[in-house]
Amino acid sequence: MNDPAHESAVIARGLARRFGETRAVRGVSFEIARGEIFGLVGPDGAGKSTIMRMLAGVLRPDEGEIRLAGIDVVTDTERARPYLSYMPQRFGLYEDMTIAENIYFFATLFEVPTAVRRARSRELLAAAGLQPFRHRLAGQLSGGMKQKLGLVCALIHTPQVLLLDEPTTGVDPVSRRDFWGILYGLREHGVTIVLSTAYMDEAERCSRLALLHAGEIRQCDTPARLKQMVSGALVAVSTHDARGAHALIQGAPGVLGSLLMGDRVNVRLDDAERRIGPLRALLVAQGFDDVAIQPIEPGIEDVFVAMLGAEPAS
Amino acid sequence: MARGLTRRFGQFTAVDRVDLNIAKGEIVGFIGPNGAGKSTTLRMLCGLLTPSAGEARVAGYDVGREPEALRQHIGYMSQKFSLYGDLTVRENLRFFGGLYRVSRNEVEARIRAAVEMAGLTGREDALVGTLAGGWKQRLALGCAILHRPPVLFLDEPTSGVEPQARRKFWDLIHELAAQQVAILVSTHYMDEAEYCNRIALIDAGRIVAMGSPGELRRRDLGGTLYELDCGALGAALAALHHAPAVIDAAIFADKLHVLLSRSSNVEALTALLARHGISCGIAHQIMPSLEDVFVQLVAKPTSGAAA
Repeated sequence: MNDPAHESAVIARGLARRFGETRAVRGVSFEIARGEIFGLVGPDGAGKSTIMRMLAGVLRPDEGEIRLAGIDVVTDTERARPYLSYMPQRFGLYEDMTIAENIYFFATLFEVPTAVRRARSRELLAAAGLQPFRHRLAGQLSGGMKQKLGLVCALIHTPQVLLLDEPTTGVDPVSRRDFWGILYGLREHGVTIVLSTAYMDEAERCSRLALLHAGEIRQCDTPARLKQMVSGALVAVSTHDARGAHALIQGAPGVLGSLLMGDRVNVRLDDAERRIGPLRALLVAQGFDDVAIQPIEPGIEDVFVAMLGAEPAS
Repeated sequence: MARGLTRRFGQFTAVDRVDLNIAKGEIVGFIGPNGAGKSTTLRMLCGLLTPSAGEARVAGYDVGREPEALRQHIGYMSQKFSLYGDLTVRENLRFFGGLYRVSRNEVEARIRAAVEMAGLTGREDALVGTLAGGWKQRLALGCAILHRPPVLFLDEPTSGVEPQARRKFWDLIHELAAQQVAILVSTHYMDEAEYCNRIALIDAGRIVAMGSPGELRRRDLGGTLYELDCGALGAALAALHHAPAVIDAAIFADKLHVLLSRSSNVEALTALLARHGISCGIAHQIMPSLEDVFVQLVAKPTSGAAA
């Protein structure tokens, strides 16, 4: 029954943690299967980092249970350590050491045998595209490269579960795409990844998401199923004068919500089929004769807004 | 606004002959990889750094010759809102009012307007440190525009903020634009760029693309983008990377995005995967996202030097 091979890679039950008066995490439960990329998504202060730190065994929960690869992280932290790797928001790279020296340091810390370290390090550096720079000081790397080096160091002992706390904050889209390429590669090898992000577009890349709000999980599902929660249909209304069109659209029949973007208006309609025709006619009649209306897919941000819609916004 | 703007650091040209125009009432997004010259450009436009060559006029002032006067006529807000957590809402606003030399008989009215804009009416005496992210962010905006600057610079203004608060924030920015403020938004996040009327993409110190989000998405990427649903994503990706007709391929959640050269077709793509023993569903042609465009337009990094 306690055979680790048959248990979920990560199980959290009833996690709670307070800091003084603040209930940072309240009653959080989830189960993550092997090979999933599980995203903890929410704004700053939603409890993402606190959950990450508890999963990593560096912060004790006030209540609740965490099992990782079949091991109780709360009571048996030391035994869980070889199976997990935790990359906090500010990963402790040594800026005055080279890439190769940083890797050597972390390999020693995790007691990786020399032969394994050499092979593993070559493989990881190649995947991260860092091989040509291995003698460069970590302090002289760009933000994206530092993040990739952090990942290489975190992976040197071949962990089964990788915990990444906001790994791509401040990283440009090109480096971010490389970084995700590495994560997908790890998933193919059965590594389970838990990552937190405040970026809704990044969340779409995960296989499953927990949407966090004020220390609680409000929804947990695949991105595709979460998007089905958004009621109505989303359309993009493009015209030369999006600002002018927005004013008209706001009061039009069937409009549940509208958002002025840079060169269009994103509109949520109660019934696309019935409303698009009259909406177009209304806009054309007011002189927006170049108007184009196209259906668009909702994003995770739309899910968040729909989910919290009834509550007062901060 | 900027013509031939250049900045060299020793041998290194961080910003290379940049031309940039922002009309009154326009929101322009400024995106580019780390080290592309984004912050250097921004610092020159704010009068914090003297250009090596070229010129820029912001709010009517020459950035090289009149940096002090310029700084009194621009607003700046970064993701790390420079608010004082142990001061109240009102005290923060008074502080910025003093800093920007807002006249005594106008400052109270402007503070009231800023409080109202931030939705903080009735909470003027609350300590800023106790406010949630969305309020802080709108208050920071209020502080940044207390002196009614005609030009506003925003640096990743909405990262880490709640979705509803974020949307409210962009509504405010669009309202400011409607009042003829010129706004430059520097960001790494494509969903922030989508709120901009035009986007300038900078790479290796030069502007490599400029246009509305729609125009950029319709740009020629040298091929057609397909979304492919298949089981063995990793194996499929490896096979595609060696196929000559594939310009680029990347995993996106549980699907593959493949940029296929126009000389090839999608049947050839699925046939190629079938030869590797990988079966897949129907390939759909998809509209490139801003990120797809960005990644294709930016040269692959050849050096890892920090900016």
